[in-house]
Amino acid sequence: MTHSETAKPLHLFAHARAGDKGNCVNISVIPYHAGAYEHLLEEVSEERVRALLAHRSIGAVKRYEVPGLPALNFVVEDALEGGVNLSLGLDGHGKALSFLILSMQVCIPMEFACETAPI
Amino acid sequence: MNTVFVAGAAGFGGDRFDASGPLIAHLSACDGPRYLIFETLAERTLAIAQNQMLRGEGPGYSEFLQRYLEPVLGPCKEANIKIVCNLGAANVAGAGDRARQLADELGLKGFRIGLVEGDDLLSVVSEETIAGMTTMEGTTLERPLVGANVYLGARPIAEALALGADLVITGRCTDAALTLGPVMHEFDLAEDDLPLLAAGTLAGHLLECGPQVTGAYFADPPFKTVPDLATVGYPIGEICRNGDVVITKPDGTGGLVSEGTVKEQILYEMHDPANYLTPDVTLDVSRVSVVQEGPDRVRLRGAAGKPPPQTLKATVSMDAGYLGEAEMSYAGPNARARAELAIEVLRQRFQRLAINCPVRFDILGVSSVFDDDQGTLRAAAANGNDGDLRIRVAARSADRDELERIALEVYSLWVTGPAGGAGFRKQVSSKVKTASVLVDRGLPDVSVRLV
Repeated sequence: MTHSETAKPLHLFAHARAGDKGNCVNISVIPYHAGAYEHLLEEVSEERVRALLAHRSIGAVKRYEVPGLPALNFVVEDALEGGVNLSLGLDGHGKALSFLILSMQVCIPMEFACETAPI
Repeated sequence: MNTVFVAGAAGFGGDRFDASGPLIAHLSACDGPRYLIFETLAERTLAIAQNQMLRGEGPGYSEFLQRYLEPVLGPCKEANIKIVCNLGAANVAGAGDRARQLADELGLKGFRIGLVEGDDLLSVVSEETIAGMTTMEGTTLERPLVGANVYLGARPIAEALALGADLVITGRCTDAALTLGPVMHEFDLAEDDLPLLAAGTLAGHLLECGPQVTGAYFADPPFKTVPDLATVGYPIGEICRNGDVVITKPDGTGGLVSEGTVKEQILYEMHDPANYLTPDVTLDVSRVSVVQEGPDRVRLRGAAGKPPPQTLKATVSMDAGYLGEAEMSYAGPNARARAELAIEVLRQRFQRLAINCPVRFDILGVSSVFDDDQGTLRAAAANGNDGDLRIRVAARSADRDELERIALEVYSLWVTGPAGGAGFRKQVSSKVKTASVLVDRGLPDVSVRLV
C-alpha cells in the first residue's frame, strides 16, 4: 500500500448513509469504485472513526466488512446522546453523521475518486 | 408464477400521499401477483398513538389512514392489487372499522379486510415483568410504561392473505414483513425455505423506506446527482422464485435506481450485515451482488438466510417528559462574539434561577448537528467572527413550566441580551422514549381474522 498520495476527504472516494437503532448509529461507507475498497479497509479503520466521534462519549466502534457490495458498515454504540427520544441535539437520529465520517482525510489514489467530483 | 411484485407507497407516517398513483399504474401492467405496501410506524409512533388514544385525543391507529387508503382502495381492487399496511398502530381493530367504512363509502362490494393483532406485550405479560427485562441497543427501562409491542414476523400477514384479504392491517411488525408476507403467501414458503425468506426480507428491507432506494436521501451534487428529485418515483420490488430481487420504479417518475442507491439502502439501519435478525429469517447480505441491468433497474443476487433467533424484539415505550427548544439569531459583523455572549448571559441566568435540568447550547452556523451536549466542537471552532448565526438552547425536563421559563429567558435576550438579537422562536413538546428487549418467540398471542 502506497502512502505517497496527499490526504484528501473520504467524500471524494465514497458515499455514506447513517441510520439509528436506539442509542446506536450505523454508518455505511460505500466506494464509488470497487477498486477503492482495499484502500478503505486500510484507511477507514475503527480507530479513525472513533477519533471523529471522540467528542461524544461513545461506546464500542465495530466495523463490518461487506465484500459483496463492496462496502464497510460501522456500528457505533452510545453515539446519539440518548438517541432520537432523549437527545438535546437537533439530529437525534445521527443522520448527518454520515457526512462527519466522509470528512475523514484519507490517502487513496485519485484514479478512484468519484468521476463527477468537481476537481 | 415466478415473480411477486411489491410496491412501497410510504416509508414513514406522513410520507407523501400522492405516491401511489404511478405505482398502481405500474403494478397494473405487471404479470403476476401485485401488492401495495404502506410502512408508517417508526419506533415511537405506536406509543404516541397509544398515548393519544388513552387520553381520548386520537383513534389509536394512524392519523393518516384515510389519506393513504381512500385514494387507493378502489383502483387496487379493480387492478387486483392487494394492500398490506401497518396503519393499525395501537388499534388494529379500530383501523379495520375505519377501512371498512371507507370501502363501503366507495361502494366496493365484497372487500375483505384482514387484521393481524397480538403485538401488544402488555396483554400477555405484566408491566412489572417487562420492567425487569434486560435491554439492548444502549437503552434503559423504567416504570411506568406507556406501551410494549413485539415485532411480529411475516407469517400472520401471509395467513391473512391466505384467508383472502384484499387489505391487511397490522400493528407492530417488522417493516420487512409487509413485503415478506405477500412473498411467503404467493410462494407458499415453509419455515425452512431460507433462501426465499432471505430474498423476501431483503426486498422488504429495501422497500420499507419508500423512495430512499429510488434516489431520495441520496443526492449530493455533483458527486451523486438524481434527476427530477421533486417527482421521485417510489420503489417496485420484484421477488423472483430463483431468489433474485429486482428494484425498479415507475416510468415517467423522477429519481434514480442505481447500484449506489440500492447499496446505501441495503446497509441502512443494519448492524451486522451477515446477521440481520428478523422473526422469519436471519438475513446475510454480506455476499449480495448488486448489478444495474437497465435504466432504473437493479438486480440483487445472493441473499442468504439462516434460521431466525428464538427471541423476538419488543419496543418498550416510556414517558420522557418534555423537550424545550428556543432560538435567536445574531447576524452580520461580529455575530459570533454576540452569539457567544448571549449563551454566557443565559448560563448565568439559569444558574441564578436554579434551573437544574439538562441544558444544551448550540450556535447554528458554527456547529448544528455534529457537536456533543458540552459544545466541544463549537469551543474548538475558530471560524470567522462574522456570519449568520443562530443560538439554540435545548433542555429536557419532566416539568413543562421549567422549560417555559428557559424559553422566556431566551425571549428576553431581545431586550436584555447582546446587540442585534432577532428572530426568536420556541417550542415545547412532549416526548416518549423507548427501550428494546428480547422476548421468547412463543410469548405473543397472535390472532389473524377477516372483518
